[in-house]
Amino acid sequence: MPLDTSLVRKDFKVIGQRVTRPDGIDKVTGRAKYGADAFAPGQLVALVLRSPHAHARIKKIDISMAEKLAGVKAVITAADLPDNTGGDRGMRDILENCMARKKVLYDGHAVAAVAAVDERTAREALKLIKVDYEVLPHVTEVDDALKPGAPLLHDDIFTDGIEPKPTKSSNFIKQAEYGHGDIEAGFAEADFIIEKSYKTEQTHQGYIEPHSCLANVSPDGTAELWVCTQGHFVYRNQCATLLGMNANKLRVTASEIGGGFGGKTHLWAEPLALALSRKANRPVKLTMSREEVFRCTGPTSSSSIDIKIGAKNDGTITAAFAELRYQNGAFPFTWAEFGAMTAWACYDFKNVKSVSKDVVLNRPKCAAYRAPSAPIAAFAVESTMDMVAHKIGMDPIELRIKNAAKQGTKSSYGPVYGPIGIGPTLEAARNHPHWKAPLGKNMGRGMACGFWFNFGGQTCVDVNVTPDGNVTVAVGTIDVGGSRASLAMAVAEELGVKYDNVRVIVADTSSLGHNDMTDGSRGTFSSSMAAIDATRKVVTSLRERAAKTLEIPVEDVVWEDGEAKPTGDKYGNLKTLTLKDLAAGAGHTGGPIAGHSEIVADGAGVSFGTHICDVEVDMETGRSLIKRYTVIQDAGKAMHPSYVEGQYQGGAVQGIGWALNEEYVYGKNGRLQNAGFLDYRIPVCSDLPMIDTLILEIPNPHHPYGVRGVGETPIVPPLGAIGNAISHATGVRQTHVPMSPPRVLKSLKGK
Amino acid sequence: MALLVSTTINGDKVEYACQPDESLLDVLRNRLGLTGAKEGCGTGDCGACSVILDGRLTCSCLVLGAEMDGKSLETIEGMADGAALHPLQKNFIDHAALQCGICTPGFLMAAQALLRKNPDPSEVEIRFGLAGNLCRCTGYDKIVRAVQATATELKLAKRSA
Amino acid sequence: MRYESPVTVKDAVALLAKEKGKAFVLAGGTDLLVKMKAGMLEPDLVVDIKRIKGMADIKKTVSGFSIGAATPCAALDENAALMKAWPGVVEAANLIGSKQVQGRCTMAGNLCNASPAADSVPALIAAGAKVTIAGPKGKRKLAVEDVPAGVGRTNLKKGEFIESIQLPKKAAKSGDAYLRFIPRTEMDIAVVSCGVNLTIDGKGVVTKARVALGAVAITALLVKDAAKAIIGTKLDDAALDTLAAAASAACKPIDDKRGTIEFRTEVAGVLAKRAAKIAYARAGGK
Repeated sequence: MPLDTSLVRKDFKVIGQRVTRPDGIDKVTGRAKYGADAFAPGQLVALVLRSPHAHARIKKIDISMAEKLAGVKAVITAADLPDNTGGDRGMRDILENCMARKKVLYDGHAVAAVAAVDERTAREALKLIKVDYEVLPHVTEVDDALKPGAPLLHDDIFTDGIEPKPTKSSNFIKQAEYGHGDIEAGFAEADFIIEKSYKTEQTHQGYIEPHSCLANVSPDGTAELWVCTQGHFVYRNQCATLLGMNANKLRVTASEIGGGFGGKTHLWAEPLALALSRKANRPVKLTMSREEVFRCTGPTSSSSIDIKIGAKNDGTITAAFAELRYQNGAFPFTWAEFGAMTAWACYDFKNVKSVSKDVVLNRPKCAAYRAPSAPIAAFAVESTMDMVAHKIGMDPIELRIKNAAKQGTKSSYGPVYGPIGIGPTLEAARNHPHWKAPLGKNMGRGMACGFWFNFGGQTCVDVNVTPDGNVTVAVGTIDVGGSRASLAMAVAEELGVKYDNVRVIVADTSSLGHNDMTDGSRGTFSSSMAAIDATRKVVTSLRERAAKTLEIPVEDVVWEDGEAKPTGDKYGNLKTLTLKDLAAGAGHTGGPIAGHSEIVADGAGVSFGTHICDVEVDMETGRSLIKRYTVIQDAGKAMHPSYVEGQYQGGAVQGIGWALNEEYVYGKNGRLQNAGFLDYRIPVCSDLPMIDTLILEIPNPHHPYGVRGVGETPIVPPLGAIGNAISHATGVRQTHVPMSPPRVLKSLKGK
Repeated sequence: MALLVSTTINGDKVEYACQPDESLLDVLRNRLGLTGAKEGCGTGDCGACSVILDGRLTCSCLVLGAEMDGKSLETIEGMADGAALHPLQKNFIDHAALQCGICTPGFLMAAQALLRKNPDPSEVEIRFGLAGNLCRCTGYDKIVRAVQATATELKLAKRSA
Repeated sequence: MRYESPVTVKDAVALLAKEKGKAFVLAGGTDLLVKMKAGMLEPDLVVDIKRIKGMADIKKTVSGFSIGAATPCAALDENAALMKAWPGVVEAANLIGSKQVQGRCTMAGNLCNASPAADSVPALIAAGAKVTIAGPKGKRKLAVEDVPAGVGRTNLKKGEFIESIQLPKKAAKSGDAYLRFIPRTEMDIAVVSCGVNLTIDGKGVVTKARVALGAVAITALLVKDAAKAIIGTKLDDAALDTLAAAASAACKPIDDKRGTIEFRTEVAGVLAKRAAKIAYARAGGK
């Protein structure tokens, strides 16, 4: 912990206000520059040739005809991206995902790319590339991929976490276990046991801005990359590795980002743009189509889950068990393990266990999606908890209050909790008018809880005082939801100046030290810690300079309300020095006034939320409409309440989309059938009511203002809350997400 | 063969050459430097490229540049009056009706068209009026409120005028 | 590709007839441009008919209404007389795509795109609408249900295009309605849809009816058995059940990303009932 949290201030002047965001005017006037809004003189247009097969061996690629087409300046295949990963499996997978090497592993896997003078020429060139495939059997369902004899994607995956380690390769990447106590003893103690199996389908982050970048590689070996990303430093590091460059030679500038939600934390095609630019010796712009975004960038896992809960008739949970099988797409990761860690995190159970099975199959590589893996596990857990409450005739909120984790609880995934918000959000839900409001015909009400870890990570911030006494702040975390405003507020709070006197920018990768990505709800949390730290260094410097100017000891200078004030009997009558005075005199007191902070922002407080939802179900068509929705979540401290509300509302609505209609539909041929916004149905404005929010503030003791990350938790409870509401409205337990009209209508038939 | 087109954009006479199969969106973005209209899908499903063409709201990705001869187009770049923001623009900022902002120009054009046709819309009418614009960040709540606030403001301004 | 924007029907027909490559008519373009973008169509010639005089006019005629082929759907509900006479047709047209799409799309284009799920088509069929087709051999008329020949195919011949759509005069004590099922509330393609147009007598007995279904076969269907089920009834529950059964029986749907055979078949009956009730109320039935 680099910061002294005993300095926590409660009498905030700026924090907690609803200030105007610095990027507002640019965004409402069309001036803000996103990934596809940059142009370079002489730029070429890049297009990528993608596999029409779910699984195939590449026998031969002939690019000679494409290369001869007038206007084509470069054509690349895997041969132009030699493996520089030095045995790092993770990096090699990124490389292979960006461009298939020997096999294509999913519908849409890149096999070649072209750069041409314009789009029509590039399109023609793609048609001239001849790829000779040997089509292989494919598998796109998680339980099928685990079966013996399933089509095998990789010959070097030997299941981790199983003793003895298998000697035969399979699609089963890893098994992991979490929990404590003795579940068998717990189940033996139970008055009753409920067992249920669930399925969830694959969803995409659905950001409105397709991936886009502009790469410009110079013959001297340096390069620039303009790109929409959640983590330009990580993109810099990984692209440099894949292209065989030193990281200092690649300067990455982040554009405004048109949504990411985890999907822009991974490289997808940026190395191709750089390789094309290097080969063509011209700037290259690569923008994905919407179809490519769905087919070739990372959605979240689909899953299959078994839950078993043992309980006493008074609502005491004696044992809880979950087995979670998640697919990771075509490349290995540990998404099911995240599910296993989060599954029971809201509760204080004596005996609890979760087992994860991570699987590869022929779909695009899964990426992070807002509290990745947690909504899936929460759907299964919260549905089964609802069944327990129903079975014993207990209010579902009371059941959860009875079993909720609290300060000092050993969590199901290991750590012991500090002060946490699950209990308070449940109490607030119980007392909320929504929970008691009458319901109409064909309506049902459901509630559910959700948890997310939150991350901190590596962060680096510069604070500079301009000679006229204003302040610039350079941060390295991408602003995805208003963090530039929040960080300016923090700096203004510390310096005692007005918000308008502080301007925050996201610096490029050559201007700051490494920063981790904006993921894990860390943007505002970690960068505000670093910004506060850097600003406190500025304050120390300002006090020293004031002391020097006034020729008094530094201990007798305090910094208050943006001024250095001499204190005490001796100096109390001396004049105060404003920031403006000190900035103007900086040349005589030690030069430019600046503060810098580099930290690993530990202590990201865990986050909990409770949602309540009313649905109305058309019993003749199975269509569900959300009639009322309430989000209650602990923010630690809401630096900018409007933006916190925005995170709650946006996350909840993404969860609503997932619960009701969003899903990847694969054909028997292993190809994605609905790669567009027409048939991948994210919620539209008319689908929804207003989303009510209630911000609770249980301070995070590890942050100087008590801040917790808020961005991800809101997507965790909706699947369960809506599932419970539809189950109550219809009288049939819903077990398959999305609960689309055909699925709900079919469930009613079996009633 | 490129075609020469003479049209009016945000009140200015504009001439451009374009290919016959080029969309208006591509013309705006790649030839005229008007990148306020965004391509979220290119198929009329997201509304991020919304413009007002001869008084009607449309997706610029669904119009050919070649069709524009003699037409009149409004884009997001023409919405503010110099430094003075349109009330919709101001309310979108004040009500935190944008996060990433990629959908914002399209929403503003759609809201503009909605309020011109129906200056006193109900919440339901606003929601259906904006249903052609996808937003993935906000959950729409604050967007609807910003449009409601603007409608009220414009009504009051009209009454006092 | 060439782009032409003739100002007369004659010139448009000549351009389309003369073209040796692939020629397409551009009215609203909301389907054509999407298919071009996806690389599904690569036209050699696009003939924009919007500059032809009268092509975007809605005319009240002795026999009803004539709607120019390039009339954007958004203009339909601005015509009070049309809205009053054929609310089902106008509502159907105003369900196509979004407000943005409705600013461009046309019913003639919706019909010629020949998607089984086209929203305006079942409503037009139920209304008994006809189209006037211009071609090298002059003009001819065709019932709307006879225009589509299959998925993406029409019965129009080389050089022909639809010039206008004719809606009959609204009969006394008649009403029409159109409903579709979509998973969301907007922006979807119909999973199944139904248009109903009926006339009642002084006692509230249905004397005439036309029922059409969309998205349940390769083209929109005019379902005579469904009409028979309600003619001679006061749309009582038994009649509605027979109607639903007839509608479901007429379905020959497919399983696809938008819906299952089972779902479409069942919901066709549900929508037929609901649309019939609205049409009945609009006709003045109680």
